[in-house]
Amino acid sequence: MNKLSSPDELEKLRKSIIKNRDPNKPCITICGGTGCLALRGERVITAFKQEIKRQRLETKVDARVTGCPGFCERGPLVVIKPQNILYQQVREEDVPEIISETVLKGDIIDRLLYTDPDTAKKIIYENKVPFYKKQKRLIIGNNELIDPTTIDDYLAVDGYTALSKALFRMSPEGVIKEVKKSGLRGRGGGGFPTGVKWETCRRAQGDTKYIICNCDEGDPGAFMDRSLMEGNPHSVVEGMIIGAYAIGGHQGYIYVRNEYPLAVQNVRIAIKQAEEYGLLGKDILGSGFDFSIRVNRGGGAFVCGESSALMASLEGKVGEPRAKYVHTVERGLWDKPTNLNNVETWANVPLIINQGADWYAEIGTPKSKGTKIFSLVGKVNNTGLVEVPMGMTLREVIFDIGGGIPKGKQFKGVQTGGPSGGIISESLLDLPVDFDELTKVGSMMGSGGMIVMDEDNCMVDIAKYFISFLEGESCGKCVPCREGLKRMREILTDITEGRGKSGDIELLKRLSTALIDGSLCALGATAPNPVLTTIRYFRDEYEAHVRDKKCPAGVCKELVTYQIIEEKCPGCGLCVKACPVEAITFMGKKKPVILDQEKCIKCGACYDVCRLGAVAIR
Amino acid sequence: MVTLTIDGREVQAEEGAMILDVARDNNIYIPALCSHEGVTPYGACRLCLVEIVAKGRERLVASCLYPVEAGLMVKTNTERVLDNRRMIIELLLARCPDSEVIQDLASELGVDKPTFRLEEDNRKCILCALCARVCQEVVGVLAISLVNRGVDRQLTTPFNKDYSEACIGCGSCVYVCPTHAITMEDIGAQRLIKWPHNQMEFKLKKCKICGNYWAPEKQIEYIAKISGTPPEEYDVCPNCRE
Repeated sequence: MNKLSSPDELEKLRKSIIKNRDPNKPCITICGGTGCLALRGERVITAFKQEIKRQRLETKVDARVTGCPGFCERGPLVVIKPQNILYQQVREEDVPEIISETVLKGDIIDRLLYTDPDTAKKIIYENKVPFYKKQKRLIIGNNELIDPTTIDDYLAVDGYTALSKALFRMSPEGVIKEVKKSGLRGRGGGGFPTGVKWETCRRAQGDTKYIICNCDEGDPGAFMDRSLMEGNPHSVVEGMIIGAYAIGGHQGYIYVRNEYPLAVQNVRIAIKQAEEYGLLGKDILGSGFDFSIRVNRGGGAFVCGESSALMASLEGKVGEPRAKYVHTVERGLWDKPTNLNNVETWANVPLIINQGADWYAEIGTPKSKGTKIFSLVGKVNNTGLVEVPMGMTLREVIFDIGGGIPKGKQFKGVQTGGPSGGIISESLLDLPVDFDELTKVGSMMGSGGMIVMDEDNCMVDIAKYFISFLEGESCGKCVPCREGLKRMREILTDITEGRGKSGDIELLKRLSTALIDGSLCALGATAPNPVLTTIRYFRDEYEAHVRDKKCPAGVCKELVTYQIIEEKCPGCGLCVKACPVEAITFMGKKKPVILDQEKCIKCGACYDVCRLGAVAIR
Repeated sequence: MVTLTIDGREVQAEEGAMILDVARDNNIYIPALCSHEGVTPYGACRLCLVEIVAKGRERLVASCLYPVEAGLMVKTNTERVLDNRRMIIELLLARCPDSEVIQDLASELGVDKPTFRLEEDNRKCILCALCARVCQEVVGVLAISLVNRGVDRQLTTPFNKDYSEACIGCGSCVYVCPTHAITMEDIGAQRLIKWPHNQMEFKLKKCKICGNYWAPEKQIEYIAKISGTPPEEYDVCPNCRE
């Protein structure tokens, strides 16, 4: 098609796209996000396409493969529009029935509905599901409305209206003023005011300025940037173009991990389509403004999510951070002023320009505006992506949206902000989640990871896990981070293996101070958070390990023994079969089995299979 | 020129000069291992941490990397600075128990016994990369570099071999190594350079007049090449070249 050369042409095109779409025509939207694909969603997608063809329904029914709507726990997800009937855990066998019963006749298939665990009632409509009900899905909401590989879908939901408004009805300074006024803060973890960053970069000396989108999401368990990039890449691209216009940059880079193949693919398609439409490249929409974007794939180093390391990597150097006493907005990529923002930050920009800063600033808390997407994972019933207004309490997120802890277990803590965030205990469940509140209690917002833990998690073991992760991801350039994390891991390993000494906790704290004060970059400076917060909120657990050589949660193998409770054991033999090292001997029916402690490797297989609670961890 | 204060003393310095250099010019001692006037500041050892007050904010910075500005207040030996330096030297002492330089710095900071388990191998290199940086920035050959990430980081030659095609045997790495983790020895017609994980031999050139072996042949070839001088000019050693 011809390039759009004015805002009018864009609006004409949008009108014709919408006009050609009948809002009442049945549309089956199938999640094509990574979570659902991993649950065999690909087969469901193929089955729908084949079945529509087989029944010759191509003109009567649309099928759309969309981005991730967030309820990953229940995938593959299918929503039948216009009614918005939600079917969950759909298998390819269900497809013909969905088409003939629901799409054609309007009948509901009971077994595919979501059951509210609290009321045991089946829920038909997507927006009635408790997981979605309390969310405010301003950013991620469009994921399920559009096929990310079709720019027309994005245009149909008002895509690129913000760009057109910014280019033709606002000055670059006006855009910056609006973003500043909105109170938007960086979603990558730092929480720095976005508008202030843009302004500094605009004012920085130099004609060449670079715009970067950081999609090097590396926190274990976090996938919000991934889902946005996979599910709605145009929103990120649009945000970047607006930012470039405001700052005065003409070249942008999207740094995306190569482990996100679908994100790489979809964003490349989006860039190509935007270029074909004249929304990216030379003379955007006839405005005279030029901006192009290159996609660079990251090699998977966690530290490359740090802005200066990311820029080194973009330059083709080893991805190691440098000191930022001179900020990257002044001297960044190739020593030119560079503005880097995270995926989610960029995706917020079109919304602010479209709806206005005043509208945006109404959402959230006094100092943290807008919504935040969290990836809610771990010991929680509804794993997935949730988007909530800033200031919602942890309790609401974990219990109302997340559906609480599985198997009736007790909540113990939640790790927010990724590996270098902190673990917050139950006493802080009513904490409103925003940048400053989380920092106050020793954790951080980070990029929005939220890992829920229950009574079966040992907090010393968890701290050890995160420190080991960071030890492996430290670039090794500076002494406190490289050597300090190694020593922290050694001490934590000693504690979990029964070699803890008095003074270890104090030494961990001293090491933490050295990392916070002395590290070259934020990876090292925030790395002690898991240790400091677990000491702060779960000190008794550390002391039980060090002093009593006991692991209260029964996790640390060296500190526990598995025992058969003779009164409860009917000698069914399930555990005998489950034991991989033949440490349990069958003594005849109705006689308790015998566990040989010498042979036992403490794998817990017997504990897991016993239905009578006859295996105890002590 | 700007005026700043270091440990209560007013000093003048060129704007943009690094705190560490300004302090040294004024005979104020700040320990540092990874900095060298010949190469770009790097900020790896963190021993040169100082406390500053800039724009009303108090914080610790690496003095080798922090450019001075008017009105900057620097304190080089507060309790907080010393605590951090002590922990860094404790970490380095565990990594490099064989290094006398580290031992001396430790006792200077009041650390008299190791806090952590001692490393078994490679007990002198602090991975400051000074050798590799000099090799790249000053010599211009990039014969050695740091490889791997985090705790696995090490200094080595390409492909971990006892040979680096690029190496000219100049010994600059030996000269700048702050902990003497790299050694060099000339025995007759041979020079031997030992890095923590590799070693390499070089043939030395004999002076046509005095008969002394005076420089590695590879180094002479390199110098002749980059300076565009004929190789015959190097037949005679500098001492005999009058």
